[in-house]
Amino acid sequence: MNNDTLLIAGKSYNSRLLVGTGKYKDFSETQAAIEASGAEIITIAIRRSNIGQNPNEPSLLEVLPPSKYTLLPNTAGCYSADDAVRTLRLARELLDGHSLVKLEVLGDPQSLYPNVVETLAAAKTLVADGFQVMVYTSDDPIIAKQLEDIGCVAIMPLASLIGSGMGILNPWNLQLILDRVQVPVIVDAGVGTASDAAIAMELGCHGVLMNTAIASAQQPVRMASAMQKAVEAGREAFLAGRMPKKLYSATPSSPTSGLIGKP
Amino acid sequence: MTSVSINGEAHHFDNPISISMLLDQMQLGGKRIALECNGAIVPRGQFNQHLLTDGDKLEIVVAVGGG
Repeated sequence: MNNDTLLIAGKSYNSRLLVGTGKYKDFSETQAAIEASGAEIITIAIRRSNIGQNPNEPSLLEVLPPSKYTLLPNTAGCYSADDAVRTLRLARELLDGHSLVKLEVLGDPQSLYPNVVETLAAAKTLVADGFQVMVYTSDDPIIAKQLEDIGCVAIMPLASLIGSGMGILNPWNLQLILDRVQVPVIVDAGVGTASDAAIAMELGCHGVLMNTAIASAQQPVRMASAMQKAVEAGREAFLAGRMPKKLYSATPSSPTSGLIGKP
Repeated sequence: MTSVSINGEAHHFDNPISISMLLDQMQLGGKRIALECNGAIVPRGQFNQHLLTDGDKLEIVVAVGGG
């Protein structure tokens, strides 16, 4: 497993678990959960600063320094390509020219379903502007391929809706994406518990990105550790190659000869 | 007088003011922020010489927790 690294935009990562930093009780819980997850790539959001109301507000970047983690600024909350592009240009300035980003353009505030039309437009602009774009999208294999063709460095389809914890609802579509796309495919959104992460990895996905499944667990730090194990177990099972499924088997696991009491 | 929108709030200044001076007033001097003026990024290195003009719209952002 040592040589089995996740390669994104020419850089190798040992962990295939990517985590968000939102929804935690406080920065100390954020830090402990991220530590327990073993994640190397962590997403952050870009928001308006306080303008003097709260001068002693702690800074996320002091808790999670860019020297220790690969920070992945996201465009969560953006509903247009223009807003997403502006947000990531600010992020690049904030992080001293860092170009690896997560693009996410939402279409609907209730479902948080991605708007793929705006996502495609933003991806084109960002790639042309030198960004390395990891893109959140629907599980539509045609759109996924188009995003790859534009030059995105990772395709990140939802497994179910953001924050829903509904798990891997359409493994067949994820398979279609995996069959068509050469860049890493990372399930982003929908994972609820460890088995969901393992299923994503067993399908052959190259990584899993999650936030709520850890932050909204009863014990986030413990769930972060569970997720690390699930992603590793799922990946190893994928590499090992599972046995074929069959309704029943005429070959028991124990020897058929040598049973006592036979004539 | 110079009227400027900062993160959606109206602010008024009697004297010419640079971005550096503004950030110091808001106790953001030296903090890790990024700043956009009228939709265009202003690089940190230009904060000293960039004077605000009437009607400018500033956005000042930081990194926060998020998915």
